[in-house]
Amino acid sequence: MSQSTLEWPTTTATPPPAAKPRRRLKGSTVLYLYTWLVIIWLIIPIAVMIAFSFNNPSGRYNQHWDGFTLKWWHPAKLFAISDLSQALWTSLIIAVISSLASAALGTGIGYALGRYRFRGSGTLNVIMFSTISSPELIMGASLLSLFVSLNVGPGFTTIVIAHIMFSISFVAAIVRARVVTLDRSIEEAAADLGATPWTTFWKVTFPIILPAVFSGILLAFALSIDDFVVTNFTAGSTVTFPLWIWGATRVGLPPQVNVMGTLIFGVGVLIAVVTNIRSKKQKKD
Amino acid sequence: MNRVKRQLAPYFLVLPGGLWLLLFFAIPMIAMLSLSLQQGDVVYGYRFTFHWQNYTDAISGYHDQLIRSLIYAGIGTLLLIALAFPVAYWIAFYGGKRKPTYLFLLLLPFFVSFVLRTISWRQILTDDGPVLHPLKQIGVLPDSYHLLGTPEAVIGGLVYNFLPFMVLPIYVALERIDPRVVEASRDLYASPALSFRKVVLPLALPGVFAGVLMSYVPMASDYVNSEVLGSQSTTMIGQVIQHKYLQTSDYPTAAALSFILMAVLLVGIFAYARALGTEDVMKVAAR
Repeated sequence: MSQSTLEWPTTTATPPPAAKPRRRLKGSTVLYLYTWLVIIWLIIPIAVMIAFSFNNPSGRYNQHWDGFTLKWWHPAKLFAISDLSQALWTSLIIAVISSLASAALGTGIGYALGRYRFRGSGTLNVIMFSTISSPELIMGASLLSLFVSLNVGPGFTTIVIAHIMFSISFVAAIVRARVVTLDRSIEEAAADLGATPWTTFWKVTFPIILPAVFSGILLAFALSIDDFVVTNFTAGSTVTFPLWIWGATRVGLPPQVNVMGTLIFGVGVLIAVVTNIRSKKQKKD
Repeated sequence: MNRVKRQLAPYFLVLPGGLWLLLFFAIPMIAMLSLSLQQGDVVYGYRFTFHWQNYTDAISGYHDQLIRSLIYAGIGTLLLIALAFPVAYWIAFYGGKRKPTYLFLLLLPFFVSFVLRTISWRQILTDDGPVLHPLKQIGVLPDSYHLLGTPEAVIGGLVYNFLPFMVLPIYVALERIDPRVVEASRDLYASPALSFRKVVLPLALPGVFAGVLMSYVPMASDYVNSEVLGSQSTTMIGQVIQHKYLQTSDYPTAAALSFILMAVLLVGIFAYARALGTEDVMKVAAR
């Protein structure tokens, strides 16, 4: 029914009646304020986390505001809790390994899906969709079930395995989107000039899809370093940064956690902003 | 020779990643199914005996927590739509050049670890915290009032953590609406309300459907929010599963519970997709 409304010719762009813009402006102002209220609500807990990284608590734990200090930002204080520093380090290593590995594996899938038609691509799509949309709890629980059945003790390796698993589909989806838009005539031109398929891929195709691979790595890194649920199931006695926080929840968190959280937040935002500006520049060129 | 190579190329490319997903996504599901039908204990090991009693035990023992999770996620989803739709609408139609900036601001929480931002809420909502303490001092709230440990706090946490999953799909759907279509309806003397109801809403619905799908499933299976912001009386099914897997090592019951949860969610998704037309849901979800 709404379809017929859609197809009505839209060429008759009559100027709106005089009363209209005013009313529209009013409605949009309300929506504008509403949007900002939601954004502020989203930022409140982040602001609290950052603020308490500058707190000078009188007791051991960081619950109430007791005055401003920069002392927690000093490396000597920041890394004073050795198992917390170790957990952050473990998280970083896992994120590096799993983002690079899932980028390699995911790029293969994304490239094949974007470029070729082949048997089984439908099944692959379904599996990818399932890994992206299935609850983390179920993925973690099923992985632990597998490890229990095989009598494999969970730990560092199983965390890496799990993180690669849930990142592959995201990388593949990003790369596929890029490959689909690729202009094939460039590759054909390379082939016409006598380049082998191998050379064509590495000299022509790969540089074009590289930004997509790079975004995939960044996303996989972010997913890995923040992951709690799947990691909780596959960690055994290995402790990552989110797991350390989880373990300390009942007793209260030391200010070092706020500083580290703020640092991860800051670096993440910085990278996102820089890559965004870069891609805009590239579009302009 | 070359042609054969060409035909095999996609399989070589897909093989490593595909194998990984098979080994560590598909097969674990089968392992979990098998585990859910086994009998035994940690010390003496488990044997596969088609022990369906695990399922009946799980349901009779934990139906309260399961139903509670489904209800919390349901309320959370409704709140999410109410919160997300106006925001997505404003950004899509009035955001102008700043659209990416606003979307980025909505995604900011994702740059802080899930656990950390939930704990931050606990710090804000605690009894003598910055919200409740002043309100109690001026006598708006009684001294005995508390937010932590209540269903409201848990649902609030869920809504907070999954808002972007609702905003983005709705935004994508709204953004694709040609403004001229809306204008045309106005030119044909539709009131703003009628034009919204008959033109904008039908075109936005696939986005809402996708958003519901993407937020309901993780909310129903969440265990972090209830653990951090809730209490005994808000226990959700995810907490039970997590506890049985990681604390009491009661694997068969935990696996059975996971399967029941997954089955309930899958049946819900399929019924929902059938009722609304799968294609639109999948299309928007794939974006």
